[in-house]
Amino acid sequence: MPKAGSGVSLDGLGMPMWLTLELTYRCPLHCPWCSNPLDFDKYGNELSTEEWKKVLRDGRKMGSLQLGFTGGEPMLRDDIEELVGEAENLGYYTNLITSGIGLAPDRLKAMKKAGLKQIQLSLQSSDRDITNKLVGVDVYDQKLAVAHDIKAQGFPMVLNVPVCKQNISQTRDILKLAEELGVEYIEFANIQYYNWALVNRSELLPTREELEDAEEVVMEFRERLGNRMSIYFVIPDYFDKRPKACMNGWGAIHLTIAPDGAALPCQESRVIKNLEFPNVREHSLEWIWHESPVFNEFRGDKWMKEPCRSCDERDKDFGGCRCQAYLLTGDAANTDPVCAKSSMHDLIQTGVAEATDPRRIQRPLVLRRKGAITSDFLETAG
Amino acid sequence: MNETAAISGNDVVEINPMYFFRWEEPQQAYVLLYPEGVVKVNETAAAILKMCDGKRNTGQIVSELNDLYTTDVSESVYKFLEVSHAKGWIRRKS
Repeated sequence: MPKAGSGVSLDGLGMPMWLTLELTYRCPLHCPWCSNPLDFDKYGNELSTEEWKKVLRDGRKMGSLQLGFTGGEPMLRDDIEELVGEAENLGYYTNLITSGIGLAPDRLKAMKKAGLKQIQLSLQSSDRDITNKLVGVDVYDQKLAVAHDIKAQGFPMVLNVPVCKQNISQTRDILKLAEELGVEYIEFANIQYYNWALVNRSELLPTREELEDAEEVVMEFRERLGNRMSIYFVIPDYFDKRPKACMNGWGAIHLTIAPDGAALPCQESRVIKNLEFPNVREHSLEWIWHESPVFNEFRGDKWMKEPCRSCDERDKDFGGCRCQAYLLTGDAANTDPVCAKSSMHDLIQTGVAEATDPRRIQRPLVLRRKGAITSDFLETAG
Repeated sequence: MNETAAISGNDVVEINPMYFFRWEEPQQAYVLLYPEGVVKVNETAAAILKMCDGKRNTGQIVSELNDLYTTDVSESVYKFLEVSHAKGWIRRKS
Protein backbone atom coordinates (compact mmCIF):
# COMPACT_ATOMS: atom_id res chain seq x y z
CA MET A 1 0.00 0.00 0.00
CA PRO A 2 1.26 3.48 -0.75
CA LYS A 3 2.07 5.59 2.26
CA ALA A 4 -0.42 8.17 3.27
CA GLY A 5 0.36 11.75 2.40
CA SER A 6 -1.77 14.81 2.98
CA GLY A 7 -4.74 16.36 1.25
CA VAL A 8 -6.70 14.87 -1.59
CA SER A 9 -4.11 13.97 -4.16
CA LEU A 10 -1.75 11.69 -2.17
CA ASP A 11 0.30 9.31 -4.27
CA GLY A 12 -2.57 8.90 -6.68
CA LEU A 13 -2.47 12.58 -7.68
CA GLY A 14 -6.21 12.58 -7.13
CA MET A 15 -6.74 9.57 -9.40
CA PRO A 16 -8.61 6.40 -8.43
CA MET A 17 -5.46 4.29 -8.68
CA TRP A 18 -7.16 1.32 -7.02
CA LEU A 19 -10.22 0.01 -8.80
CA THR A 20 -12.14 -2.86 -7.24
CA LEU A 21 -14.85 -4.63 -9.18
CA GLU A 22 -17.25 -6.68 -7.13
CA LEU A 23 -18.51 -8.72 -10.05
CA THR A 24 -21.20 -10.45 -8.02
CA TYR A 25 -22.43 -10.87 -4.46
CA ARG A 26 -23.18 -14.54 -5.18
CA CYS A 27 -20.83 -16.95 -3.42
CA PRO A 28 -20.72 -20.68 -2.71
CA LEU A 29 -19.20 -19.98 0.73
CA HIS A 30 -21.06 -18.68 3.78
CA CYS A 31 -18.26 -16.94 5.70
CA PRO A 32 -19.42 -15.32 8.94
CA TRP A 33 -17.17 -12.27 8.32
CA CYS A 34 -18.34 -11.60 4.76
CA SER A 35 -17.94 -7.94 3.76
CA ASN A 36 -20.99 -8.05 1.48
CA PRO A 37 -24.21 -6.43 2.69
CA LEU A 38 -26.48 -8.38 5.04
CA ASP A 39 -29.17 -8.16 2.36
CA PHE A 40 -26.75 -9.20 -0.42
CA ASP A 41 -29.50 -11.24 -2.08
CA LYS A 42 -31.44 -8.08 -2.93
CA TYR A 43 -28.89 -6.86 -5.46
CA GLY A 44 -29.59 -9.23 -8.31
CA ASN A 45 -29.20 -6.70 -11.08
CA GLU A 46 -25.53 -7.40 -11.96
CA LEU A 47 -23.77 -5.32 -14.58
CA SER A 48 -23.45 -6.98 -17.98
CA THR A 49 -20.15 -7.85 -19.63
CA GLU A 50 -20.36 -4.74 -21.79
CA GLU A 51 -21.16 -2.54 -18.80
CA TRP A 52 -18.14 -3.88 -16.88
CA LYS A 53 -15.95 -3.31 -19.94
CA LYS A 54 -17.06 0.31 -20.07
CA VAL A 55 -16.14 0.70 -16.37
CA LEU A 56 -12.71 -0.75 -17.18
CA ARG A 57 -12.14 1.64 -20.09
CA ASP A 58 -13.36 4.70 -18.19
CA GLY A 59 -11.35 3.76 -15.10
CA ARG A 60 -8.16 3.40 -17.05
CA LYS A 61 -8.70 6.80 -18.69
CA MET A 62 -8.92 8.28 -15.19
CA GLY A 63 -5.66 6.69 -14.13
CA SER A 64 -6.80 3.47 -12.45
CA LEU A 65 -3.91 1.05 -12.29
CA GLN A 66 -4.38 -1.70 -9.73
CA LEU A 67 -7.46 -3.72 -10.49
CA GLY A 68 -9.12 -6.24 -8.20
CA PHE A 69 -11.74 -8.68 -9.44
CA THR A 70 -13.67 -9.78 -6.40
CA GLY A 71 -17.17 -10.55 -5.17
CA GLY A 72 -18.84 -12.62 -3.77
CA GLU A 73 -17.00 -15.22 -5.76
CA PRO A 74 -15.89 -13.66 -9.06
CA MET A 75 -15.42 -17.08 -10.70
CA LEU A 76 -19.21 -17.42 -10.70
CA ARG A 77 -19.22 -14.94 -13.58
CA ASP A 78 -18.64 -16.88 -16.77
CA ASP A 79 -17.32 -13.72 -18.49
CA ILE A 80 -14.41 -13.19 -16.09
CA GLU A 81 -11.82 -14.48 -18.56
CA GLU A 82 -13.10 -11.95 -21.08
CA LEU A 83 -13.00 -9.13 -18.52
CA VAL A 84 -9.46 -10.03 -17.48
CA GLY A 85 -8.42 -9.98 -21.13
CA GLU A 86 -9.97 -6.54 -21.63
CA ALA A 87 -8.31 -5.22 -18.45
CA GLU A 88 -4.98 -6.59 -19.58
CA ASN A 89 -5.24 -4.87 -22.96
CA LEU A 90 -6.03 -1.62 -21.20
CA GLY A 91 -2.85 -1.84 -19.09
CA TYR A 92 -4.16 -2.72 -15.63
CA TYR A 93 -2.30 -4.85 -13.10
CA THR A 94 -4.94 -7.52 -12.65
CA ASN A 95 -5.60 -9.27 -9.32
CA LEU A 96 -8.13 -12.05 -8.81
CA ILE A 97 -9.50 -12.32 -5.28
CA THR A 98 -11.14 -15.70 -4.91
CA SER A 99 -12.22 -18.52 -2.62
CA GLY A 100 -10.77 -20.86 -5.25
CA ILE A 101 -14.11 -22.52 -5.79
CA GLY A 102 -14.79 -22.68 -9.51
CA LEU A 103 -11.14 -22.16 -10.40
CA ALA A 104 -10.80 -25.44 -12.28
CA PRO A 105 -7.50 -26.08 -14.12
CA ASP A 106 -8.96 -25.22 -17.54
CA ARG A 107 -10.26 -21.87 -16.30
CA LEU A 108 -6.93 -21.17 -14.59
CA LYS A 109 -5.21 -21.77 -17.91
CA ALA A 110 -7.67 -19.44 -19.61
CA MET A 111 -7.01 -16.78 -16.98
CA LYS A 112 -3.26 -17.12 -17.51
CA LYS A 113 -3.76 -16.78 -21.23
CA ALA A 114 -5.95 -13.72 -20.71
CA GLY A 115 -2.99 -12.15 -18.86
CA LEU A 116 -4.07 -12.31 -15.22
CA LYS A 117 -1.15 -11.15 -13.06
CA GLN A 118 -1.81 -12.60 -9.61
CA ILE A 119 -4.26 -14.58 -7.54
CA GLN A 120 -5.27 -14.01 -3.96
CA LEU A 121 -6.73 -17.16 -2.46
CA SER A 122 -8.56 -17.21 0.85
CA LEU A 123 -7.56 -19.78 3.44
CA GLN A 124 -9.54 -19.90 6.65
CA SER A 125 -7.58 -22.51 8.59
CA SER A 126 -4.93 -25.18 8.27
CA ASP A 127 -7.45 -27.65 9.64
CA ARG A 128 -9.97 -29.31 7.33
CA ASP A 129 -12.85 -29.52 9.80
CA ILE A 130 -12.44 -26.00 11.13
CA THR A 131 -12.29 -24.60 7.60
CA ASN A 132 -15.39 -26.42 6.47
CA LYS A 133 -17.29 -25.44 9.57
CA LEU A 134 -16.29 -21.78 9.31
CA VAL A 135 -17.35 -21.39 5.69
CA GLY A 136 -20.35 -23.70 5.89
CA VAL A 137 -19.31 -25.94 2.96
CA ASP A 138 -16.81 -28.77 2.49
CA VAL A 139 -14.18 -26.92 0.49
CA TYR A 140 -10.86 -27.46 2.27
CA ASP A 141 -9.50 -30.19 -0.01
CA GLN A 142 -10.63 -28.33 -3.09
CA LYS A 143 -8.95 -25.14 -1.90
CA LEU A 144 -5.63 -26.91 -1.36
CA ALA A 145 -5.85 -28.51 -4.79
CA VAL A 146 -6.53 -25.10 -6.32
CA ALA A 147 -3.56 -23.61 -4.44
CA HIS A 148 -1.30 -26.25 -6.03
CA ASP A 149 -2.81 -25.62 -9.46
CA ILE A 150 -2.26 -21.87 -9.13
CA LYS A 151 1.43 -22.39 -8.39
CA ALA A 152 1.69 -24.96 -11.20
CA GLN A 153 0.46 -22.26 -13.60
CA GLY A 154 3.20 -19.94 -12.35
CA PHE A 155 1.01 -17.24 -10.84
CA PRO A 156 2.32 -15.14 -7.98
CA MET A 157 -0.02 -15.91 -5.13
CA VAL A 158 -1.25 -14.29 -1.96
CA LEU A 159 -2.82 -16.46 0.70
CA ASN A 160 -5.34 -14.40 2.59
CA VAL A 161 -6.13 -15.60 6.08
CA PRO A 162 -8.91 -13.79 7.95
CA VAL A 163 -7.64 -13.71 11.52
CA CYS A 164 -10.15 -14.90 14.11
CA LYS A 165 -10.46 -16.80 17.39
CA GLN A 166 -10.98 -20.01 15.46
CA ASN A 167 -7.62 -19.92 13.63
CA ILE A 168 -5.26 -17.67 15.56
CA SER A 169 -3.65 -20.59 17.40
CA GLN A 170 -2.87 -22.25 14.04
CA THR A 171 -0.59 -19.43 12.87
CA ARG A 172 2.45 -21.73 12.80
CA ASP A 173 0.68 -24.47 10.87
CA ILE A 174 -0.78 -21.98 8.42
CA LEU A 175 2.67 -20.47 7.79
CA LYS A 176 4.15 -23.95 7.29
CA LEU A 177 1.40 -24.75 4.82
CA ALA A 178 2.05 -21.49 2.96
CA GLU A 179 5.75 -22.29 2.84
CA GLU A 180 5.08 -25.77 1.45
CA LEU A 181 2.76 -24.33 -1.17
CA GLY A 182 5.48 -21.88 -2.20
CA VAL A 183 3.32 -18.77 -2.00
CA GLU A 184 5.09 -15.42 -2.27
CA TYR A 185 2.80 -13.55 0.08
CA ILE A 186 0.65 -14.41 3.02
CA GLU A 187 -1.64 -11.86 4.51
CA PHE A 188 -3.08 -12.33 7.95
CA ALA A 189 -6.03 -10.07 7.32
CA ASN A 190 -7.66 -8.49 10.31
CA ILE A 191 -11.35 -8.96 10.07
CA GLN A 192 -13.05 -5.61 9.60
CA TYR A 193 -16.06 -5.55 11.86
CA TYR A 194 -18.84 -4.39 9.55
CA ASN A 195 -21.78 -6.28 8.10
CA TRP A 196 -21.56 -10.03 8.86
CA ALA A 197 -18.40 -9.67 10.89
CA LEU A 198 -20.03 -7.12 13.19
CA VAL A 199 -22.94 -9.48 13.80
CA ASN A 200 -20.41 -12.14 14.81
CA ARG A 201 -17.84 -9.90 16.47
CA SER A 202 -17.97 -11.49 19.93
CA GLU A 203 -17.34 -14.93 18.45
CA LEU A 204 -14.52 -13.85 16.10
CA LEU A 205 -12.33 -11.25 17.80
CA PRO A 206 -9.20 -12.84 19.28
CA THR A 207 -7.57 -11.61 22.48
CA ARG A 208 -4.54 -9.34 22.60
CA GLU A 209 -2.50 -12.21 24.09
CA GLU A 210 -3.46 -14.53 21.24
CA LEU A 211 -2.49 -11.85 18.72
CA GLU A 212 0.85 -11.24 20.40
CA ASP A 213 1.64 -14.96 20.43
CA ALA A 214 0.79 -15.13 16.74
CA GLU A 215 2.98 -12.12 16.04
CA GLU A 216 5.93 -13.86 17.66
CA VAL A 217 5.50 -16.84 15.36
CA VAL A 218 5.25 -14.48 12.40
CA MET A 219 8.52 -12.79 13.36
CA GLU A 220 10.24 -16.15 13.62
CA PHE A 221 9.13 -17.08 10.10
CA ARG A 222 10.06 -13.66 8.72
CA GLU A 223 13.55 -14.06 10.15
CA ARG A 224 13.96 -17.51 8.61
CA LEU A 225 12.31 -16.95 5.22
CA GLY A 226 13.47 -13.40 4.43
CA ASN A 227 12.49 -12.42 0.89
CA ARG A 228 11.12 -15.83 -0.02
CA MET A 229 7.75 -15.12 1.51
CA SER A 230 6.36 -11.76 2.60
CA ILE A 231 4.18 -12.02 5.68
CA TYR A 232 1.68 -9.25 6.35
CA PHE A 233 0.55 -9.14 9.93
CA VAL A 234 -0.60 -6.15 11.95
CA ILE A 235 -2.37 -5.93 15.28
CA PRO A 236 -6.01 -4.99 14.54
CA ASP A 237 -7.28 -1.47 15.12
CA TYR A 238 -9.47 -2.63 18.02
CA PHE A 239 -6.25 -3.09 20.03
CA ASP A 240 -4.64 0.13 18.87
CA LYS A 241 -4.88 3.66 20.23
CA ARG A 242 -5.12 5.29 16.83
CA PRO A 243 -7.35 4.38 13.89
CA LYS A 244 -6.16 2.88 10.62
CA ALA A 245 -5.64 5.26 7.69
CA CYS A 246 -8.69 3.70 6.11
CA MET A 247 -8.55 3.56 2.29
CA ASN A 248 -5.84 6.25 2.45
CA GLY A 249 -8.74 8.62 2.92
CA TRP A 250 -12.26 8.71 1.50
CA GLY A 251 -12.29 9.23 -2.27
CA ALA A 252 -8.49 9.50 -2.36
CA ILE A 253 -7.25 6.50 -4.37
CA HIS A 254 -9.91 3.77 -4.01
CA LEU A 255 -12.96 3.23 -6.16
CA THR A 256 -15.20 0.18 -5.81
CA ILE A 257 -17.98 -0.77 -8.18
CA ALA A 258 -20.61 -3.04 -6.61
CA PRO A 259 -22.34 -5.80 -8.62
CA ASP A 260 -25.32 -3.55 -9.43
CA GLY A 261 -23.12 -0.70 -10.62
CA ALA A 262 -23.18 1.40 -7.45
CA ALA A 263 -19.91 3.30 -7.03
CA LEU A 264 -18.49 3.11 -3.51
CA PRO A 265 -15.49 4.79 -1.88
CA CYS A 266 -14.77 1.41 -0.27
CA GLN A 267 -16.29 -2.06 -0.31
CA GLU A 268 -18.00 -1.52 3.02
CA SER A 269 -19.39 1.97 2.52
CA ARG A 270 -22.89 0.70 1.74
CA VAL A 271 -23.31 0.26 5.49
CA ILE A 272 -23.72 4.06 5.71
CA LYS A 273 -27.42 4.18 5.09
CA ASN A 274 -28.01 7.88 4.53
CA LEU A 275 -25.73 8.13 1.49
CA GLU A 276 -27.13 7.91 -2.04
CA PHE A 277 -24.43 6.04 -3.97
CA PRO A 278 -24.13 7.06 -7.63
CA ASN A 279 -24.47 4.28 -10.19
CA VAL A 280 -22.34 3.78 -13.30
CA ARG A 281 -25.53 3.01 -15.20
CA GLU A 282 -26.66 6.62 -14.66
CA HIS A 283 -23.51 8.69 -14.35
CA SER A 284 -20.07 8.87 -15.91
CA LEU A 285 -17.23 7.51 -13.83
CA GLU A 286 -15.55 10.90 -14.22
CA TRP A 287 -18.52 12.68 -12.60
CA ILE A 288 -18.86 10.04 -9.92
CA TRP A 289 -15.24 10.32 -8.83
CA HIS A 290 -14.78 14.07 -9.10
CA GLU A 291 -18.22 15.63 -8.66
CA SER A 292 -20.65 13.29 -6.91
CA PRO A 293 -21.76 14.35 -3.41
CA VAL A 294 -20.92 10.91 -1.97
CA PHE A 295 -17.28 10.93 -3.07
CA ASN A 296 -16.85 14.49 -1.80
CA GLU A 297 -18.68 13.91 1.47
CA PHE A 298 -15.59 12.91 3.49
CA ARG A 299 -12.83 13.93 1.12
CA GLY A 300 -10.03 16.04 2.59
CA ASP A 301 -10.60 17.29 6.15
CA LYS A 302 -13.34 19.94 5.95
CA TRP A 303 -15.98 17.48 7.21
CA MET A 304 -14.09 16.66 10.36
CA LYS A 305 -15.41 17.36 13.83
CA GLU A 306 -13.43 17.49 17.05
CA PRO A 307 -11.19 15.87 18.12
CA CYS A 308 -10.10 15.21 14.50
CA ARG A 309 -10.41 18.80 13.28
CA SER A 310 -7.61 20.14 15.46
CA CYS A 311 -5.63 16.90 15.67
CA ASP A 312 -2.11 17.02 14.25
CA GLU A 313 -2.45 13.40 13.10
CA ARG A 314 -5.48 14.08 10.88
CA ASP A 315 -3.35 13.98 7.72
CA LYS A 316 -1.96 10.63 8.80
CA ASP A 317 -5.09 8.62 9.55
CA PHE A 318 -7.87 10.83 8.09
CA GLY A 319 -9.91 10.29 11.23
CA GLY A 320 -10.00 6.54 10.63
CA CYS A 321 -12.85 4.65 9.07
CA ARG A 322 -16.15 6.36 8.18
CA CYS A 323 -18.05 3.07 8.16
CA GLN A 324 -16.80 2.11 11.60
CA ALA A 325 -17.71 5.58 12.91
CA TYR A 326 -21.20 5.21 11.46
CA LEU A 327 -21.83 1.66 12.62
CA LEU A 328 -20.61 2.18 16.16
CA THR A 329 -21.40 5.84 16.91
CA GLY A 330 -24.31 6.46 14.54
CA ASP A 331 -22.60 9.34 12.68
CA ALA A 332 -20.12 8.73 9.88
CA ALA A 333 -18.51 12.15 10.47
CA ASN A 334 -17.50 11.25 14.00
CA THR A 335 -13.97 10.25 14.89
CA ASP A 336 -13.44 6.52 14.44
CA PRO A 337 -14.09 5.27 18.00
CA VAL A 338 -10.93 3.16 17.78
CA CYS A 339 -9.07 6.39 18.48
CA ALA A 340 -8.33 6.84 22.18
CA LYS A 341 -9.10 10.55 21.68
CA SER A 342 -12.70 9.74 20.71
CA SER A 343 -15.27 10.45 23.42
CA MET A 344 -16.87 7.16 22.40
CA HIS A 345 -13.74 5.03 22.63
CA ASP A 346 -15.45 3.00 25.38
CA LEU A 347 -17.57 1.40 22.61
CA ILE A 348 -14.43 -0.36 21.40
CA GLN A 349 -13.23 -1.24 24.88
CA THR A 350 -16.63 -2.72 25.72
CA GLY A 351 -16.63 -4.67 22.45
CA VAL A 352 -13.20 -6.10 23.18
CA ALA A 353 -14.11 -6.93 26.78
CA GLU A 354 -17.26 -8.68 25.61
CA ALA A 355 -15.51 -10.74 22.96
CA THR A 356 -12.53 -11.69 25.07
CA ASP A 357 -14.32 -12.54 28.32
CA PRO A 358 -13.74 -16.27 28.77
CA ARG A 359 -17.00 -16.50 30.76
CA ARG A 360 -19.11 -14.93 28.03
CA ILE A 361 -22.12 -16.83 26.81
CA GLN A 362 -21.02 -18.23 23.47
CA ARG A 363 -23.36 -17.91 20.55
CA PRO A 364 -23.23 -19.85 17.33
CA LEU A 365 -21.69 -18.00 14.37
CA VAL A 366 -24.25 -16.54 12.01
CA LEU A 367 -23.16 -17.77 8.61
CA ARG A 368 -23.78 -15.61 5.55
CA ARG A 369 -27.02 -16.92 4.12
CA LYS A 370 -29.96 -15.25 2.50
CA GLY A 371 -32.34 -13.97 5.14
CA ALA A 372 -30.09 -15.06 8.03
CA ILE A 373 -30.23 -11.58 9.44
CA THR A 374 -32.31 -8.57 8.63
CA SER A 375 -30.59 -5.33 7.75
CA ASP A 376 -32.68 -3.56 10.40
CA PHE A 377 -29.78 -4.50 12.62
CA LEU A 378 -27.79 -1.69 10.98
CA GLU A 379 -30.36 0.94 11.82
CA THR A 380 -30.29 0.18 15.53
CA ALA A 381 -26.58 -0.47 15.96
CA GLY A 382 -25.75 3.19 16.68
CA MET B 1 25.09 -18.02 -3.85
CA ASN B 2 24.49 -16.00 -0.70
CA GLU B 3 21.08 -14.30 -0.79
CA THR B 4 21.97 -11.68 1.75
CA ALA B 5 25.52 -10.78 0.62
CA ALA B 6 26.11 -7.26 -0.67
CA ILE B 7 25.65 -6.73 -4.40
CA SER B 8 29.02 -6.78 -6.13
CA GLY B 9 30.18 -5.57 -9.52
CA ASN B 10 30.07 -9.05 -11.03
CA ASP B 11 26.47 -9.71 -10.09
CA VAL B 12 23.97 -9.77 -12.90
CA VAL B 13 20.63 -8.54 -11.58
CA GLU B 14 17.14 -8.52 -12.99
CA ILE B 15 13.71 -7.30 -11.95
CA ASN B 16 12.10 -9.93 -9.74
CA PRO B 17 9.51 -11.63 -11.97
CA MET B 18 6.91 -11.05 -9.24
CA TYR B 19 7.19 -7.36 -10.06
CA PHE B 20 6.07 -5.49 -13.10
CA PHE B 21 8.12 -2.43 -14.01
CA ARG B 22 6.75 0.02 -16.50
CA TRP B 23 5.97 3.60 -17.47
CA GLU B 24 2.56 4.79 -16.27
CA GLU B 25 1.39 7.65 -18.47
CA PRO B 26 -1.32 9.14 -16.17
CA GLN B 27 1.15 9.32 -13.26
CA GLN B 28 3.99 10.53 -15.50
CA ALA B 29 6.22 8.13 -13.64
CA TYR B 30 7.72 4.67 -13.72
CA VAL B 31 5.93 2.24 -11.45
CA LEU B 32 6.69 -1.12 -9.90
CA LEU B 33 3.53 -3.15 -9.66
CA TYR B 34 3.04 -6.21 -7.50
CA PRO B 35 0.14 -8.03 -5.85
CA GLU B 36 -1.94 -5.30 -4.26
CA GLY B 37 0.82 -2.75 -4.39
CA VAL B 38 2.33 0.08 -6.41
CA VAL B 39 5.65 1.82 -5.95
CA LYS B 40 6.19 4.99 -7.90
CA VAL B 41 9.89 5.41 -8.58
CA ASN B 42 11.66 8.66 -9.35
CA GLU B 43 13.63 9.36 -12.49
CA THR B 44 17.04 8.31 -11.24
CA ALA B 45 15.72 5.13 -9.63
CA ALA B 46 13.98 4.30 -12.88
CA ALA B 47 17.20 4.87 -14.81
CA ILE B 48 18.87 2.23 -12.65
CA LEU B 49 15.99 -0.26 -12.70
CA LYS B 50 15.79 -0.04 -16.49
CA MET B 51 19.30 -1.43 -16.63
CA CYS B 52 18.50 -4.36 -14.35
CA ASP B 53 17.76 -6.43 -17.42
CA GLY B 54 19.45 -9.69 -16.54
CA LYS B 55 22.18 -9.00 -19.10
CA ARG B 56 24.40 -6.25 -17.71
CA ASN B 57 26.37 -6.86 -14.53
CA THR B 58 26.18 -4.16 -11.90
CA GLY B 59 29.70 -2.96 -12.74
CA GLN B 60 28.52 -2.19 -16.27
CA ILE B 61 25.37 -0.52 -14.93
CA VAL B 62 27.44 1.75 -12.73
CA SER B 63 29.85 2.73 -15.48
CA GLU B 64 27.04 3.44 -17.96
CA LEU B 65 25.28 5.62 -15.37
CA ASN B 66 28.55 7.42 -14.57
CA ASP B 67 28.76 8.27 -18.27
CA LEU B 68 25.11 9.27 -18.45
CA TYR B 69 25.30 11.65 -15.50
CA THR B 70 28.92 12.66 -16.26
CA THR B 71 29.85 12.30 -12.62
CA ASP B 72 30.72 9.43 -10.29
CA VAL B 73 27.37 8.07 -9.08
CA SER B 74 28.64 4.61 -8.16
CA GLU B 75 28.08 4.91 -4.45
CA SER B 76 24.43 5.94 -4.72
CA VAL B 77 23.76 3.36 -7.45
CA TYR B 78 25.12 0.53 -5.30
CA LYS B 79 23.12 1.85 -2.38
CA PHE B 80 19.93 1.86 -4.43
CA LEU B 81 20.63 -1.65 -5.73
CA GLU B 82 21.09 -2.84 -2.16
CA VAL B 83 17.79 -1.31 -1.13
CA SER B 84 16.03 -2.74 -4.19
CA HIS B 85 17.47 -6.14 -3.45
CA ALA B 86 16.43 -5.96 0.19
CA LYS B 87 12.93 -5.01 -0.85
CA GLY B 88 12.82 -7.87 -3.30
CA TRP B 89 12.39 -5.66 -6.40
CA ILE B 90 15.48 -7.10 -8.04
CA ARG B 91 17.28 -10.41 -7.71
CA ARG B 92 20.55 -11.93 -8.77
CA LYS B 93 20.21 -13.84 -11.96
CA SER B 94 20.97 -17.48 -11.38
